[in-house]
Amino acid sequence: MPLNKKDLLEIQELSSDDIKLIIDTADSFKEVTGRDIKKVPTLRGKTVVNLFYEPSTRTRTSFELAAKRLSADVLNIAVSTSSVVKGETLLDTARNIEAMRSDIIVIRHSAAGAPYILAKGLKSSVINAGDGCHEHPTQALLDMFTIREKKGRLDGLTVAIVGDITHSRVARSDILERQGKSYFPDIREYSMQYCLTKERLKFAKDDAIVMHPGPVNWGVEISPELSEDKSTVILEQVTNGVAVRMAVMYLLSGEKATAS
Amino acid sequence: MKILIKNGRVVDPANKIDDTLDILVDGNIIKKVAKGIKAEGSVKVIDAKGKIIASGLIDIHTHLREPGFEYKETIKTGTLAAAAGGFTAICCMPNTNPINDNRAVAEFILSKSAKEGVVNVLPIGAITKGSHGKELAEIGDMVNAGCVAVSDDGRGVMDAEVMRRGLEYTKAFDIPIISHCEDANLSSGGVMNEGFASTTLGLRGIPKAAEDVMVVRDIALAELTGARLHIAHVSSAGSVESIRIAKKRGVKVSCETCPHYFTLTEDAVIGYNTNAKVNPPLRTKEDVKAIKEGLKDGTIDIIASDHAPHAVHEKEIEFDYASFGMIGLETSLPLILNIVREGVLTLKDAIAKVTINPARLLKLKKGTLSEGANADITIIDTESEWVVDVNNIKSKSKNTPFAGMKMKGRAVMTIVGGKMVYDIGI
Ligand SMILES: [Zn+2]
Ligand SMILES: [Zn+2]
Repeated sequence: MPLNKKDLLEIQELSSDDIKLIIDTADSFKEVTGRDIKKVPTLRGKTVVNLFYEPSTRTRTSFELAAKRLSADVLNIAVSTSSVVKGETLLDTARNIEAMRSDIIVIRHSAAGAPYILAKGLKSSVINAGDGCHEHPTQALLDMFTIREKKGRLDGLTVAIVGDITHSRVARSDILERQGKSYFPDIREYSMQYCLTKERLKFAKDDAIVMHPGPVNWGVEISPELSEDKSTVILEQVTNGVAVRMAVMYLLSGEKATAS
Repeated sequence: MKILIKNGRVVDPANKIDDTLDILVDGNIIKKVAKGIKAEGSVKVIDAKGKIIASGLIDIHTHLREPGFEYKETIKTGTLAAAAGGFTAICCMPNTNPINDNRAVAEFILSKSAKEGVVNVLPIGAITKGSHGKELAEIGDMVNAGCVAVSDDGRGVMDAEVMRRGLEYTKAFDIPIISHCEDANLSSGGVMNEGFASTTLGLRGIPKAAEDVMVVRDIALAELTGARLHIAHVSSAGSVESIRIAKKRGVKVSCETCPHYFTLTEDAVIGYNTNAKVNPPLRTKEDVKAIKEGLKDGTIDIIASDHAPHAVHEKEIEFDYASFGMIGLETSLPLILNIVREGVLTLKDAIAKVTINPARLLKLKKGTLSEGANADITIIDTESEWVVDVNNIKSKSKNTPFAGMKMKGRAVMTIVGGKMVYDIGI
């Protein structure tokens, strides 16, 4: 069963079957990343471009590694937003990249909806790697993958999301450092009210897991006492992120290959 | 040249006329309005059976972009679009480059319009120098040059004391201040209405309160000064209610809304449609309902287009970076006719809101079909069905959320000063 999509822009556009397919595929790619030679020829000859209008070393590295493990050629382009304002438009830039025969463009942008412009204007597959306060679908997928791995299922679980939800995508890591429009007065106030501590974790079930998309602001968002705790699965999320991104790139390429 | 328009349904709210009548135009004047006028001598006879004959429509809120942004729109293309939309007079906002905050710019606009304009162009001057909201502009000199009102449209006058002085000063010239009501601190960084849609799209919202608080403030200042306040582009239920109450109290406040605020909601933005990015932003179903109620009970006096042309490179970009505004001159009339069919407004009231009401606000000798009046006439086919095709519109810019949509009703002939400036055949 293929994933009949050109792009991955938002989680909402995926059916539960689509999500299951991606997670199942990620499962088999995770096996690859555990091998000595962590590479398969699946996307050999394909070109993946990481087009980042906003720096995010973590996300970029994860996509880059995922593409390389699939044997694709990878090009990283970091565009500073200040140079964009007066220069060529986003679509101009992307069309120039596509003219060099890209197959997949992974875009990270501070403006919500930016990936949609590319998806509409390009033949390449477009993967949203975070657009403003909107979506970061591979993050959601890797969270689901991690949850299923730990819990054996996705249905019927209770998830508590802690943070600045209105600034959702941003909230998790850097809202507190940002100038301006934070919902919270300051870092101290936030950590006193919302920092996840061992004490507060007691309100959750005994086998609850603690996830974070990283980078973690230790002592503000999560108490350091939890960093080595068995409930904390943050590093496994990072590992799973690569597998999920391999799965997404593979499925968007629409080829009949096996992960092994 | 004489024109005899026969058998049309003449709707002239200023004279309380709604009847099948003939209209004889002689030169630039309406000579006679009566039944059974005979064609004598050399006269062009137009059979307008089944059509509506109205005084030429007046748009009190247009952005013409000249001088400075001719790539978006010029006086020529903007007035061509106006004529195609049935407008015979348009008032252009001062946010050009340079800003129309002095006599020289006003005179440039007027002389350019006299040369290249297809319809009457009436400039609106800035309230403050550079529309910076700090020092009052030379309002008296601009009025003498031909400006019909003042506005810092594009932004609000944030300093209440400056607004107070503006209101006090304009009293001497008996012109209204047209207020773009927006609290810039509350709206800062926002790109659409704050609500469910902005949350799901991850776009920063502009709360309705950004408009509502300024409407209330300006009403208080109008009350304090006794000056004439006109509130531009009312989009929220809160504004409508505040203005309704102020009017009951006798405050000299009037207001306008735009067709998009009674036709579309914030949902038009879904999919990051930058052509639906406008300021104030498209609101919710409840606001649309309140706007219609305000139109119906007379709280909202005028319907204006807020025609705001932008080029492709300012719209086909990230939603956050796209310019605010949509063109409207060529779609206003059919959208107004929609709410007539819906029963929100009678045809007479609808026409009043784009003819005699704006004329009275700006003290223009326009907006009626009285004998002796200027021969500014619009002939409307309320039944004609057409599709908005951006390749066929007259405006230089194509930024409309109504592209591809079916419209019903349009101007079929526009006459300015006795001259046919638009005619698609009756
Ligand atoms: Zn405005
Ligand atoms: Zn405007």
